[in-house]
Amino acid sequence: MLLIECPYCGVRPELEFVYGGQAHVARPHDPAACSDEQWAEFLYWRENAKGVHAERWRHTHGCGRFFNALRDTTRDQFLATYRVGERPPAASSREREPQP
Amino acid sequence: MSGDLRAASGGRIDRNRVLRFRFDDREYTGAAGDTLASALLANGVHLLGRSFKYHRPRGVLSAGADEPSALVTVRRDAARMTPNLRATQVELYEGLEAFSQNRWPSLELDVGAVSGLLSPFIPAGFYYKTFMWPRGAWHRLYEPKIRAAAGLGRAPEQADPDIYANRFAHCDVLVVGAGPAGLAAAAAAAGSGARVILCDEQSEPGGSLLAEPAAHSEAAIAGEPAARWLTRTLRQLTAHPRLTLLTRTTAFGYFPHNLLGLNQRLSDHLPRPDPGQPRERQWQVRAREVVLATGALERPLVFPGNDRPGILLAGAARTYLNRFGVLPGSRVVLVTACDAAYQAALDLHRAGVSVSAIVDVRSGAPDGPLLEAARLAGLPVETQATVLGTSGRLRVRAIRIQKLDSAGAPAGPVRRIRCDLVLMSGGLTPSVHLFSQSRGKLAWDESLAAFLPGQAVERVRSVGACRGVFSLAAAVSDGTGAGLSAARDAGFSVSAAIPEAPLPESAAAGRPGALPQPPGVSGEKAFVDWQNDVTARDLTLAAREGFRSIEHVKRYTTTGMATDQGKTSNINALAIVARELGEAMPRVGLTTFRMPYTPVSFGSFAGFARGELFDPVRATPMHDWAARQGAVFENVGLWKRARYFPLPGEDMHAAVARECLAVREHCGIFDASTLGKIEVAGKDAATFMNRMYVNAWANLAVGRCRYGILLRDDGFIYDDGVVARMAPDRFHVTTTTGGAAGVLALMEDYRQTEWPDLDVWLTSTTEQWAVIALQGPAARRVLEPLIEGLDLSAGAMPHMSAARGRICGIPMLLMRVSFTGELGFEINVPADFGLPVWQAVFETGQAHGITPYGTEAMHVLRADKGYIIVGQDTDGTVTPDDAGLAWSIGKGKPDFLGKRALERPALASPYRKQLVGLLTRDPQQVLEEGAQIVPGRHRSAPEPALGHVTSSYHSARLGRSIALALVGAGRSRIGETLYVSMPDGDIPVQVTSPVFYDPQGSRLNG
Repeated sequence: MLLIECPYCGVRPELEFVYGGQAHVARPHDPAACSDEQWAEFLYWRENAKGVHAERWRHTHGCGRFFNALRDTTRDQFLATYRVGERPPAASSREREPQP
Repeated sequence: MSGDLRAASGGRIDRNRVLRFRFDDREYTGAAGDTLASALLANGVHLLGRSFKYHRPRGVLSAGADEPSALVTVRRDAARMTPNLRATQVELYEGLEAFSQNRWPSLELDVGAVSGLLSPFIPAGFYYKTFMWPRGAWHRLYEPKIRAAAGLGRAPEQADPDIYANRFAHCDVLVVGAGPAGLAAAAAAAGSGARVILCDEQSEPGGSLLAEPAAHSEAAIAGEPAARWLTRTLRQLTAHPRLTLLTRTTAFGYFPHNLLGLNQRLSDHLPRPDPGQPRERQWQVRAREVVLATGALERPLVFPGNDRPGILLAGAARTYLNRFGVLPGSRVVLVTACDAAYQAALDLHRAGVSVSAIVDVRSGAPDGPLLEAARLAGLPVETQATVLGTSGRLRVRAIRIQKLDSAGAPAGPVRRIRCDLVLMSGGLTPSVHLFSQSRGKLAWDESLAAFLPGQAVERVRSVGACRGVFSLAAAVSDGTGAGLSAARDAGFSVSAAIPEAPLPESAAAGRPGALPQPPGVSGEKAFVDWQNDVTARDLTLAAREGFRSIEHVKRYTTTGMATDQGKTSNINALAIVARELGEAMPRVGLTTFRMPYTPVSFGSFAGFARGELFDPVRATPMHDWAARQGAVFENVGLWKRARYFPLPGEDMHAAVARECLAVREHCGIFDASTLGKIEVAGKDAATFMNRMYVNAWANLAVGRCRYGILLRDDGFIYDDGVVARMAPDRFHVTTTTGGAAGVLALMEDYRQTEWPDLDVWLTSTTEQWAVIALQGPAARRVLEPLIEGLDLSAGAMPHMSAARGRICGIPMLLMRVSFTGELGFEINVPADFGLPVWQAVFETGQAHGITPYGTEAMHVLRADKGYIIVGQDTDGTVTPDDAGLAWSIGKGKPDFLGKRALERPALASPYRKQLVGLLTRDPQQVLEEGAQIVPGRHRSAPEPALGHVTSSYHSARLGRSIALALVGAGRSRIGETLYVSMPDGDIPVQVTSPVFYDPQGSRLNG
């Protein structure tokens, strides 16, 4: 079971979290202005990264808040977690793993 | 004295405590401290089982967890029967009862052994090749027969009555394995102030030291005899306040972030376990640092006839002799590919066993102190030789050997040596199972002929034999260094100097692969995997048939599968395949080590989560009342809901019909407490609701309700429910019972991540409210006398209104809503008052024919009215228009979840499946839910179905069957006749409006 660092609560076991799909997929501000293709892309097109993936998690059984994470999908390792609205940390600071 | 073949002294058994036990219904005796295997060997019993595929007689191969052959069933009573236990790990207790497996009628005379005669016709993968024809016979005939013939022990048929516990633990340093390296690591880490957990699968700590002779061991650690070092270290460790020592505890799995699963066996070794105490305890340990001291396993040698009872691993024989005082034979031949095994011959010789030959299969001229000692002792050593075969039906009787010429090929005369014990050693394989499970990289070491732990992923160190450091002093030093550095890395200040890590040693490299054989096909099988009956020839055949990946070879031949997990077979199999493919071993690769290291009982994983504790149960405040009324319950999510309330003699059909009529004619009372409830509050609550739900909320007046529909952004119906506006900034949102958690999660997602600027708060109030639905023409009359401060008249409280008031003095939220088509109210009271209010309503209702009804009647009543149930009449591909609910969409709203998607051409098509009603010609015929709908009765070719039946009931009020269905362009087909495919033919149905009852809604508004 992974340890995940909630940016609000700290390191907690994976059981407390729910995965929330790819991060930084913003819902268009004016959906009516989107073409069908643009709307379909918003709905259905997602990264399938082999490597670093920015994704959403929710600390469902904790503070209940959504946050973002960078995870290396090849190693299933969290490189960083950060709050909604924050930019993803730079690659150089991505080597931090939660400590048991 | 227990058994005939016991040395007069020595070992760790207590000869004064004689234990009686039974094996295959014969009584034997053993000594306290024995395993089942050692006790049987002490009684001269080598034949312990029949092999998996060929039913060959098999005995004990090893003395520990790697045992692939001596699998037994241990029985305490009819329910407590454990199959497939390794006899080498079963601790003896007074009265133990064990049985051999996979034999009929008896172990000595096994009819299934005839499959050994047929073996030329059943090579690797034979079932893929042979049982291809006729079609269908695999499931009916071949597979059941093969499964009956091949197999291991039988699972017990009764439920497991034992208790299994689980425990979570954290520590600074977890040490796996209490051999010399592990003990040294634990002592060093605990001495540095770290909290340490040390676990070992055996009944006592000591590891390889337990197999050292106590009396005359040359083994020493820093000048101290090994036995004394062990006693002293254990005394020091058990007294340590920061150290937890777990024996009989197998670390079976290594999970991310240093979480390890340990299974502790608490009572299997006791003659009469207390049934109130747990049998096993599963630990989940999260460790800052892990030290693996898991040791090494001895490899068998691959030569023809290497599987007969009486053929053991050399190290196992040392264990039986030195730890259990057992003489496993009287005339021994040792076949070895490494120096270390000579010690076994020397120990047995000293115990009085006649050593007929030591056959060294290495090429070149081996030399070393142990060889020298063997020569000094006068033991006959045959170097540069190979084994051609063995003989003996139920026990080895002789072995045939031949010299190797300078090219390494067998040459010269064949020598036959009589013996009753053959020991073999192909070298040592470091146990890297856990390290590999931790996703650490393994590195091939050519000089050791072994995979060693390489780059780690977790915070883990390997010490001692599991990383190729075999010699005692070096392993202890390795352990000490790792214990100190683990404590340091866990944050403790370490004052002692950390010794330099010793280098791996190649002395036990051995000789992986099959021993050389003369040209021509030997009739005898050379086994690589004892447990799965995989031979050297199966592997070469697989390679010749084109299997090049070791993972494919594993699946095709089954080598290394089951409980063996490659412990004894991996490296030999790899060497044989590599040789056949002409590739280097590391290039062929290694199969994945899977957890568990040794089998773990299902009970251990289930722990306390069984029976009533298997899953949480959610019960409403009125649950017990319904149970007392004889309600039959159904599961909806975790909820228990009353499905119907049968009177004596009634079946479900009769009960549901009676309940339906009572609601239509008088009054029904229904427990709707399970409905999800979410309070949406805040300055922007209406804005939030406008964006989430399709409906127009801005114009909903306080005190009014509206049927809300929630879509996902893809335009499909996700949930529905009545929403009441309680204040300008407060909505009481109800959801479906099963959808409550998902709706709240969806709302939270948008609130937090899309519209964080909105001032709105979401609170689940599902369990705060008990909800009593009162439905039927008499509902108002039942309610009125109990209500204070509210006018219930149609003018003051029309359909879809909500108001606060009091019922029986209890504060109440009253909603006039209906899911039945009748005049109806839903009484919301604080959950703790649910039962008394329910009882009061029920009491008052007696004069009006009040009848409790369950979810089944609720379903029929709503289907009368064509009301959908999300998840039954919708399936995640249904839009509001498909469901006939386009009227609910707020006009002129700029946006809401799913709005843009609904404008996509495919979602606006008039040919989409739409909700309609279906009426059968025969009014008594009830269609099957899920049945497909087709345009014509007589069809020649397959054609796409027009849709399917989503809901189907017998309606008591209408006196006939009704059904709802999703049908392509359904609304344009109203009046047409279509056909529904039922098991006994196609049934003609008429397409109708989905509203079967009171389409004007006059009863609803009454």
